[in-house]
Amino acid sequence: MLRQAPRFLLSRASAAAMRWSHPFSTDLPAEAAGDSKFIDAWKKSIPNMDPPKTPSAYMATRPPTPSTIPSKLTVNLVLPYDSVLSAKEVDMVIVPATTGQMGVLPGHVATIAELKPGILSVHEGNDTTKYFLSGGFAFVHANSVADIIAIEATPVDHIDPNLVQKGLAEFQQKLSSASTDIEKAEAQIGVDVHSALNAALTG
Amino acid sequence: MASNAAVPFWRAAGMTYITYSNLCANLVRQCLKEPHRSEALNREKVHFSISKWAEGKPKKPSRFLCSFL
Repeated sequence: MLRQAPRFLLSRASAAAMRWSHPFSTDLPAEAAGDSKFIDAWKKSIPNMDPPKTPSAYMATRPPTPSTIPSKLTVNLVLPYDSVLSAKEVDMVIVPATTGQMGVLPGHVATIAELKPGILSVHEGNDTTKYFLSGGFAFVHANSVADIIAIEATPVDHIDPNLVQKGLAEFQQKLSSASTDIEKAEAQIGVDVHSALNAALTG
Repeated sequence: MASNAAVPFWRAAGMTYITYSNLCANLVRQCLKEPHRSEALNREKVHFSISKWAEGKPKKPSRFLCSFL
């Protein structure tokens, strides 16, 4: 029993520290209420043992939504092999969502958007940088941070127009001669991607 | 309850999202200008070797393969 004493003292101190570690979050009541109900119930039924740590004790709290809309949007553009933009402060980004081009300004409502192959434009002051994305997702958080994840993102001038035209013609031909569902789907995907590349080059 | 949204054509054809997005990415890589195209294709190469097993032992070691897809 005495052997357990240091563990008790330690866990008591750290449990207390855990509870004090997020006092300033604006979301505090909702999260602490969940935990404190459990802790109170535990203390009532098992007063001699420390309550175990709940998963929320291990989680960093969600960053609070600032009360005034920030002036800049923080963008992260990440690929599986590289992070192209990392916490870059910009004025606006336009993402190619499946539902159409979506502009994201600071203070945008929290959104998750699936992306289709298309152009991502990052507007900073008078400069616009464009990347062609092959697809992915865009997560906009309530605190004006936008995370854009894509598999390929290339600047538009890295795209070869001849290869795009050839590919488009080839897949249109495959589409008309496709027989099984999968072949049709693959050909359709080819046509979609090459049309998007074409539009990116000309638009 | 009816399904919520129209299923995308590739899923209706039996393709998963991962296959779809990898296919799109590959098509984009193949349309790049030269130094970037070979860098991108090389980056995505996967080297693997396959051995067929019989009676608890691998048959003669593996062909070394390398593919992107």
